[in-house]
Amino acid sequence: MAALFDARGVTKRFGGLTALQAVDFALESGIASIIGPNGAGKTTLFNIFTGLYPADEGSVTFRGRALFGLRPDQITALGICRTFQNIRLFANMTVIENVLVGMNSRIALGLWDVLSHGPRFARTEADLSTRAVALLDRVGLQANANDVARNLPYGDQRRLELARALASEPALLLLDEPTAGMTRTEAGALMRLLRELVVDLGLAIILIEHNMRVVMEVSDRVTVLDHGEKIAEGPPREVQSDARVIEAYLGTRGSAPQRARRA
Amino acid sequence: MSLYSVLATAAVALSSLAVATAPRSVLAFLAFQGALLFVYLARIPTWLRVGLLGVALLLLMPLIGAFNGYYLEVATQVGIFAALALGLNIVVGLAGLLDLGYVAFFAVGAYSWAIFGSPHANVIFGGGFPLAGVWFYAFLFVGLFVAAITGILLGLPVLRLHGDYLAIVTLGFGEVIRVLANNLDKPINLTNGPKGITPISRPPAPLGLPYGEYFYFLVLLIVVVVVLVNRRLEDSHIGRAWEAIREDELAARAMGVPLVRMKLLAFACGASFAGIMGVLFSAKQVFINPESFTFLESIGVLAMVILGGMGSIPGAVLGATVVTVLNLQVLKGLSLWLNELKNAGVTVLGYSLADLPTQFEPAKYERMIFGVILVLMMIFRPQGILPARRRQRELAHLER
Repeated sequence: MAALFDARGVTKRFGGLTALQAVDFALESGIASIIGPNGAGKTTLFNIFTGLYPADEGSVTFRGRALFGLRPDQITALGICRTFQNIRLFANMTVIENVLVGMNSRIALGLWDVLSHGPRFARTEADLSTRAVALLDRVGLQANANDVARNLPYGDQRRLELARALASEPALLLLDEPTAGMTRTEAGALMRLLRELVVDLGLAIILIEHNMRVVMEVSDRVTVLDHGEKIAEGPPREVQSDARVIEAYLGTRGSAPQRARRA
Repeated sequence: MSLYSVLATAAVALSSLAVATAPRSVLAFLAFQGALLFVYLARIPTWLRVGLLGVALLLLMPLIGAFNGYYLEVATQVGIFAALALGLNIVVGLAGLLDLGYVAFFAVGAYSWAIFGSPHANVIFGGGFPLAGVWFYAFLFVGLFVAAITGILLGLPVLRLHGDYLAIVTLGFGEVIRVLANNLDKPINLTNGPKGITPISRPPAPLGLPYGEYFYFLVLLIVVVVVLVNRRLEDSHIGRAWEAIREDELAARAMGVPLVRMKLLAFACGASFAGIMGVLFSAKQVFINPESFTFLESIGVLAMVILGGMGSIPGAVLGATVVTVLNLQVLKGLSLWLNELKNAGVTVLGYSLADLPTQFEPAKYERMIFGVILVLMMIFRPQGILPARRRQRELAHLER
């Protein structure tokens, strides 16, 4: 049986710059982290996985289905959803409306259902509400359901992005620096939540993260990108002591272990 | 009964009395409109609000029309523009797609009935026209569909454009439709060019209603339907998808919103309201020519949406009312009044107004005052008169 998610030889060029060079990445289950210095191509990889950018070469399959050529909304409908590094909520909509937009690809109502306001519409909307509240409950935002998203504190906005992504009922979740700007406690709570999601819902998660403590703690596997190339992959401990990784990502050899721990 | 309930009822009663006793006074009619706004905004029970507005619009307004037919014409125009503003509100206010050529859809609707509802169609098809007046009702839907399809045709090439670029292309589209209407009198005479089409058939008015009242009621009915459709769209996954596109197109796509379908749907819905009103407009006017569908009209409707409050249904209706009444009554009344002062030779600070050069003709201030009002509004209340309020979702299990 094919892996849940399998990317092979993904290459992306922006003009003369090669952002990604023949990157392979496969995931069956659990949490895989992608790390690497700024500009290593991590977010570009996400943009390709979710159909926002077309890749120049390579292939990506999800549950055995080729993703290249599909629109972002089709990919979301298949069961891949993401969050963004620089939070991209629907700022002037309420918290619960943000989550409801996330459910868009799971709504089977047509224009006529909406205009006629029949029982099907009422049932669906009530069901959507219930599910949205449950999701907000999971990320701890149920009390803010009717607040405008723009007014939430930073950490809450990140958690709302997570709830919005979960609303599309993904099998694979792509999180782009979910703990950026969070306090240590908040980040810890979020990681526990991610673990829960993996256990409860059987979600597979790909995580882009700079916070090494988080990466080492939560990942089943770590992939290191540098200048668009995969330079290491394996269990966190192994990757952490890889000479190329230390040189490329963590800086000079001598002080690397301490710096890694502090970062 | 609360104080507000008494006040609201009294306001409607007194202002309609005022209009009845002084049917020529613009101020009395403005008081009547103000009373309706008060009823809408005041904290009164819903049954009273609906009741008062219903009585005022269904009974008092036609009665006022019997005293002064021009007021009914104003109310009808307000209704037509309210429907246009509501349609544009979907495109601009909800989906965030700036459309500067919106009146083109109005033109498409108007010409679809004008051609077949007048003897002009004989020029194209040989004979058998005009269609009987009852066909008008069918053409309300024909106009709706033709405009919706035109909306989709406009939408397809501009899907990749945003903001300024989209605005420029839609502006061009609006002009193209007007220029087509102006020039399609050859090789086949479709639109009769700048001379326009007349006479356009009207449906037989039921119950022997005069046409003023008939069109007023028909416009009112269409506006009510349009408001209802607008509200249902807004409170559904479709409306949420539109707003998500407005807020962040890229995030919306990534969250599973089918961008192409939703944008086309927004263009089609917005256009369809203009199309249906276009059909009605051509029957009401009996005569149409390309002059009715200029760029200025598109901008006027946009001004209504922005003035009222983008993305807000009551805002669009109020914006349409304010702009229409300003243009048809307040500014005209003002320049008439100034003219009277001038003709009477009133002196201000020792200067006789009669000596004013013709360049300072009061009628020439009208557009300027309108412009100043728009500028002041945008400075002091950029969100519009009745900005869109975030809907609070009823969540039973959340009561704290």
